Amino acid sequence: MLEPFEFGFMQRAMIAATLVGGVTAAVGVFVILRRLAYIGHGLAHSIFGGAVVSFTIGFNFFLGASLWGAFSVFLINQAARRRQIGGDAAIGIITTAAFAIGIAVISRARSFTRDFEAALFGEILGITNQDLYVTAGMVLLIAIVMFLLWKPLVFITFDQDVATSYGISVRWVEAIFSLALAATVVAALQVLGVTLIAAALVIPPVVARLLTDSFPRLFVIAVVIGALTGFLGVYVSWFVDVSSGATVVLVQSAVFALTLGWGVLESRRGFSAARRAERLAGLERSLND
Amino acid sequence: MATVGVDALVELQGVALGYEGVVALRDVDVSIAPGELIGIVGPSGCGKTTLLRSLLGEPELYAGTAQVADNTRVGYVPQVETVDWNFPITVEQVAMLGSWRTRRWLPWTSRAERSRARVVLSQLGIADLADRPIRALSGGQQQRTFLARALIRSPDLLLLDEPTSGVDIKTRHEILHQLAGLNTAGVTVVLTTHDLNGVASHLPRLIALGEQTVLADGPPSEVLQPDILERAYGQPMLVVQSGHETYVLPIPEEAPGAHGDVLPPPEVVNVIGRPDSDSDSDSTSDHA
Repeated sequence: MLEPFEFGFMQRAMIAATLVGGVTAAVGVFVILRRLAYIGHGLAHSIFGGAVVSFTIGFNFFLGASLWGAFSVFLINQAARRRQIGGDAAIGIITTAAFAIGIAVISRARSFTRDFEAALFGEILGITNQDLYVTAGMVLLIAIVMFLLWKPLVFITFDQDVATSYGISVRWVEAIFSLALAATVVAALQVLGVTLIAAALVIPPVVARLLTDSFPRLFVIAVVIGALTGFLGVYVSWFVDVSSGATVVLVQSAVFALTLGWGVLESRRGFSAARRAERLAGLERSLND
Repeated sequence: MATVGVDALVELQGVALGYEGVVALRDVDVSIAPGELIGIVGPSGCGKTTLLRSLLGEPELYAGTAQVADNTRVGYVPQVETVDWNFPITVEQVAMLGSWRTRRWLPWTSRAERSRARVVLSQLGIADLADRPIRALSGGQQQRTFLARALIRSPDLLLLDEPTSGVDIKTRHEILHQLAGLNTAGVTVVLTTHDLNGVASHLPRLIALGEQTVLADGPPSEVLQPDILERAYGQPMLVVQSGHETYVLPIPEEAPGAHGDVLPPPEVVNVIGRPDSDSDSDSTSDHA
């Protein structure tokens, strides 16, 4: 059972997956409540383009992908302000165009295919100490941003129309949050890969939403589920010999299915209990009559 | 919005307002003194919310000047339709959003903030609902929760967008009673309403909007006039005055009163279920 802990690459992978699982869940809470799941999915594909270009020109991966992500967010925000386009269409156009640039670069430089597969599907077992430090640094930065933006973010997520009246610069808060989301996607790229990031952003917060009606509790539960499933996914992948990113998402999906199933059973049980109570009350009434 | 020290709390002069280059209201001259209680009336889409939010400095100003007195704290209660009801948040947490600037860089609230929230919720009679999710409340309770969010800032000027929309008569009465109480305590209150009989006619001052401008500004007896209402709503209105009470009813073109008359109260009034109706010997009472 402790075999995975004996290897340095597994230790690094489990630490990275725990950090990334926690931070994607934290950002994901606001993603699902603001109904931005599509932008998370789109940004992952967009940043893939940045990662490819960075590899190709020999630029720092994290910096290149982050700048690409930030530029995509800027373009999406600019395009979405035009009434004729709308947010979802702007995301669709810009992120797929950025993704297509990555594909185009790959087709011209086939010698990099393996690196691109890593970006697409994640390669957490190849994480170096340096990668781990950078990932931890990004996670810390995102956590600080979330900490400082907490109150205005909660306000605009709940009641955006009124937030401005209470002195909140909605445009600035949205822009900073979008950058934090882009940074989260970059941090998660090596762990999960482009194709699985959206799931990690959405599943833990949705599971937490099924469990509580209190926002602070929802946030804590989501982060704990994200971190635990990240760790567990990499740990289990050692034994089942399946891609670590996919295992993380499969573990999260299993937790979601169990929570949903438990919720359905609970509501049926509650319904049955209510019917039993109703029958007993009816019986009691008829006896009294 | 410019800020100047003036006798009035708010002064709008020759103002044209709107959004994204589209003018919603023009030639608006409105002055609001501290301690007033004002209702903004008019048909849907006439610019009531735009005028209300102009006091927050939100719509684009295309002409004129809009001034608000220095250091005015403004509380705003929106229409309840604007919020995300799926958001998991309790009544107390909503109230405390109003004081988000206090310790703004910290995610948690202080004990003093929570105490202040409880006091405001108690004043509004919803302290026992503090830990309930807001979406589980009735319309009136939700409205009071948003009122608490505005009051937690101790506002000098309280703006309310349709505060009695979608609530029953009893709740409407309670909300108006609470607003009157706040006004008596010195808070200037400005609200929009569609309810001419249940709300507007009981307010000391009304501003009637229509034809993209202010049609009338004064006490209900001056504003709720058939010609003004017909211009505002594009339909003839029957206005009945009974003592200090004014009642407005839309009427078909051919009916009596359709030509701009203010009618006296009808001689026979049916009083149904009134407890002391024995004294109304001249009315055809139908006791429940």
